[in-house]
Amino acid sequence: MALSALSALALITIFIFVEGVPLIAKVGFFNFIFGMKWAPTLGQYGIFPMIVGTVLVTLGAIILGVPVALCCSIFLAEFAPRKLSNLVRPAIQLLAGIPSVVFGFWGLIFIVPAIRNYLGGPGLSILAGSIILAIMILPTIISISEVSLLSLPPLLKEGAFALGATHWQTIRSVLVPAAKSGILASIILGIGRAVGETMAVIMVLGNAVALPSSILDPARTLTTNIGIEMGYASGDHQKALFATGIVLLVIIMILNSMAQYAIRRK
Amino acid sequence: MRIRLNPRTSQKIAKVVIWSAAILVLFLLFSVIIYILSKGIPQITWQFLTQIPSDMGRSGGILSTIVGTLSVTLVAIIVATPLGVGTAFYLTEYTRESIITKIIRFSAESLAGIPSIVYGLFGFIFFVIYLKLGWSILSGGLTLAVMILPTIIRTSEEAIRTVPPMYREVSFSLGGTKWQTMIKVLVPSALPGISTGIILGIGRCVAETAAVILTAGSALRMPTSIFSPARTMAVHFYILAREGISLERAYGTAALLIILILLINIGANVLVNKFVAKYH
Repeated sequence: MALSALSALALITIFIFVEGVPLIAKVGFFNFIFGMKWAPTLGQYGIFPMIVGTVLVTLGAIILGVPVALCCSIFLAEFAPRKLSNLVRPAIQLLAGIPSVVFGFWGLIFIVPAIRNYLGGPGLSILAGSIILAIMILPTIISISEVSLLSLPPLLKEGAFALGATHWQTIRSVLVPAAKSGILASIILGIGRAVGETMAVIMVLGNAVALPSSILDPARTLTTNIGIEMGYASGDHQKALFATGIVLLVIIMILNSMAQYAIRRK
Repeated sequence: MRIRLNPRTSQKIAKVVIWSAAILVLFLLFSVIIYILSKGIPQITWQFLTQIPSDMGRSGGILSTIVGTLSVTLVAIIVATPLGVGTAFYLTEYTRESIITKIIRFSAESLAGIPSIVYGLFGFIFFVIYLKLGWSILSGGLTLAVMILPTIIRTSEEAIRTVPPMYREVSFSLGGTKWQTMIKVLVPSALPGISTGIILGIGRCVAETAAVILTAGSALRMPTSIFSPARTMAVHFYILAREGISLERAYGTAALLIILILLINIGANVLVNKFVAKYH
């Protein structure tokens, strides 16, 4: 029983690699990763536009989401009266529990038309994807950074207060630097969630397979490529989706290892 | 030149910014929930809950997708609970910190980070194709079981660790074996914590779309056994909304999902509070 997690991880890695590697070998590693053209009917499998899509959407989510999430974790750990934080915390858990399709749908109803009307473009865009992902990564970043702020020894805070620092000076110059590794880990895990999210992004990103030229353009990510085409793909096309999965899996494993390293370093 | 703010002023600004960030997060949460509930609750009628969808979901109810969600979740919980709780007991009670526990923990943490679409790919190639289970409740449930395993391991491990060492010592001093101590002392004491993990796992199963659509399929028929394909509520909502089949029924399905998630979260919190009250 104890080895269930390990064997599951091994099985997942093996089966996805076995399905995907032959195709990468056939197309050529370089052509697969840096190929600009994804045309399964013509046997062309280049995922570079989707890698760019994933990076841009994730970057946008981090830029929008991290400041809000950090402020919220500082709020919970430092500013909120105990009773209030005991109410806000479960609310943030609830945010984590809402199905991602529901977020995607909400984005489709509110954010996509707003972008179309006020900023131009089709609305279904990298910006819309980033906003939805920014909301979806909030709970991950908030809860882990809050825990790392709360687990600091009270002595740090008392010392800073005793030196005459204001509450904010203490937070900025003492508490946040001391909780740095936990906060960093929370952000890396947030990046992991953003990279891995599928259903919400499918609904608001437009899913065009072309290199986007602005954040108001539609795009496709690695995950949405699998999510959209897996339903009808067969043969090499299906193997190419598993190969996309390999790239995704490798990115996630690197991010996870970084986050675990950051947490351990404490 | 850097502008140096008066510490009192910066304190005030920081306070305003931080409070507004918290208010923004809560506002976003409630706007999603209230929007879906206000559009969806009027759609939830007795007929909606008890009829099988017809005409691709344009008319009729959503009964078969409710059954789909419940059965897939049930399979996942039945499989993942013993594995997860067993792993947690192994990690806390049966071994010292060693390279093996490190590897197990690393695996669990890594599983927790794997995107659900990758679970979907894995479940499809392993359960559906390789083990020849086809698109079925069983394939979907087993895939979800792997997905929620890390949640159950982590919460159970924490719950077992929180049981005061004295409980174990008393049991051993009364001549209890390790197994008796585990079954009669640790399991009951850690039960609220373990149940929290299971409830959180149920929540993830109910909300999941990507992993289930590739493994349980999206057939609208009423499933007859665990080998039948099934469509869950989340998948049903996704298909209705994305293909524009019926917005009213999409809202109704989403509202029911949100209500379920709310209840699941409340349940988990009640248990956590019970557990915390017991030991702190």
